[in-house]
Amino acid sequence: MSEFIQHTINGLSLGSIYALVALGYTMVFGVLQLINFAHGDLFMMGAFIGFYFIRLIHFFFGHDSSSLSSPSGVLFSMTVIVVSMLGTALLGMVMERLAYRPLRKSPRINLLITAIGVSLFLEYGGQLLFGASPEFFPTILSKQAIALPGGVILDSTQVLIFSTAVVLMLLLHFLVFKTQFGRSMRAISHSLEHASLIGINVNKVIMITFMISSALAGAAGVMYSISYPKIDPLMGLLPGLKAFVAAVLGGIGNIKGALLGATLLGLAETYVAGYISSSYRDALAFLVLIVVLLLRPSGILGSKKIEKV
Amino acid sequence: MKVKVNKLTIKDLSVNYGNVDALKSIDLQLPPSQIVALIGANGAGKTTTLKAVSGFLDFKGTIHHNGKNIRGKAPHELVANGLIHCPEGRGIFPNLTVYENLQLGVSGRQEALQCFKENLDHALELFPRLKQRLQQMAGTLSGGEQQMLALSRSLIAMPDVLLLDEPSLGLAPQIVKLIFEIIVKINKESKVSVLLVEQNAKQALKISDYAYVLEAGVVSLHGKAAHLLEDDRVRKIYLGEGEVTRTSRN
Repeated sequence: MSEFIQHTINGLSLGSIYALVALGYTMVFGVLQLINFAHGDLFMMGAFIGFYFIRLIHFFFGHDSSSLSSPSGVLFSMTVIVVSMLGTALLGMVMERLAYRPLRKSPRINLLITAIGVSLFLEYGGQLLFGASPEFFPTILSKQAIALPGGVILDSTQVLIFSTAVVLMLLLHFLVFKTQFGRSMRAISHSLEHASLIGINVNKVIMITFMISSALAGAAGVMYSISYPKIDPLMGLLPGLKAFVAAVLGGIGNIKGALLGATLLGLAETYVAGYISSSYRDALAFLVLIVVLLLRPSGILGSKKIEKV
Repeated sequence: MKVKVNKLTIKDLSVNYGNVDALKSIDLQLPPSQIVALIGANGAGKTTTLKAVSGFLDFKGTIHHNGKNIRGKAPHELVANGLIHCPEGRGIFPNLTVYENLQLGVSGRQEALQCFKENLDHALELFPRLKQRLQQMAGTLSGGEQQMLALSRSLIAMPDVLLLDEPSLGLAPQIVKLIFEIIVKINKESKVSVLLVEQNAKQALKISDYAYVLEAGVVSLHGKAAHLLEDDRVRKIYLGEGEVTRTSRN
């Protein structure tokens, strides 16, 4: 039983990272009907921005390993996450402005191909800039085991990851459902034309959507690197694809669906790794994708929409 | 003689979709505080005219709003200047609540944002049925209620010029009557100039000051609405018989 609880905790922690990335996929899809394949690479860029920021701080202020434990470690981790979010938001804005906005009136397939191009550009540009060999993401928060009754162990980084993810999701929820920006975004996801007809500055809303979704991916990148500290320019590939699967599983375009899909995928992955074999954990995501596409293409919470041709 | 600036002045407007000419050199004027109807059969170019006015289409010719050329303006900039378009099929957002739809009505209008509450109350006075439905998803409303919502949303934006595209489409006769009454009321009370596109020509002419008849992208006839009501050719159009409708299919 305690083993099961342990796996569940690990799964939720992993799922919350996937969720942050999946939310970005779903938001961008919502406003542009675009699967932004470069989204996983923003996750990678987030990790690298965090990495260099930490390096910079260590260079100027020295590296004091006694400060790793909370609360200053927590504070520093938060700062790193925020800096990465700002960096990736800026990157997302540039990406939208240069690559996607000129194609606003082109067929959707052009956008999709461009997204693949942007993804490759970031991956191989990253190799040029950061080097192809993996870097070790510095430890910024010492892992403290918190023993729970029943032999379940809660890791302090997991607590940080999970609570940060929850806070970000609550902020996002507020933004999407309680503000004029959120209403505009949802209006655009229904019809871009009608949205601009009633006076919504569509380009501005799309740009902000890109910035927010990129920032979430950036945060996820740092959080992922805190628990799996090996980072390289291609690291965004697999988590990016898995988050995409999570978004499809929940119903792409649906924000609650992204959360649900990511949580389910994170859990399923840790259960498979724990009870069967960890070599199957990556295969599982794609098995899920195939099954969803066969049985319920619109996803768990997705609504059926007739494709307009 | 005092020269009044028209709310809308359309000169020599042409629009084409690829090789198809949708509008061929149209002239149209909307004087202040009037209702001008634009009638004609399906595909005559009525909606195209409105879309050009609200900045959605590339066009040849000129369109002036309050004496200002609108060329090159984005749709949301035109809304900011008070050119409010209530589209065919209502253009409401079914995935948002009724209240949220109304809130979005002021998205681009600073002056409307400031008196949202008053305008909301006023709109709900006109359409009391919406009052109980504010927290409901707009997609669950009936067709008539959706049209009421679309109209209220346009009103909340405090239009200077209201472009109405087929407000009677697909509605029961008593609802159509109500909608038209309210259009007149808006026009009389708030001095809003209305460009009304309608297939329901008879109803539209009854409430309009002036009217234009579009046929296959050309203004075939225009004049005082009361005169057009008596016109033989107009009768043919809305009775759906005779050569007039046949030529407009090309």
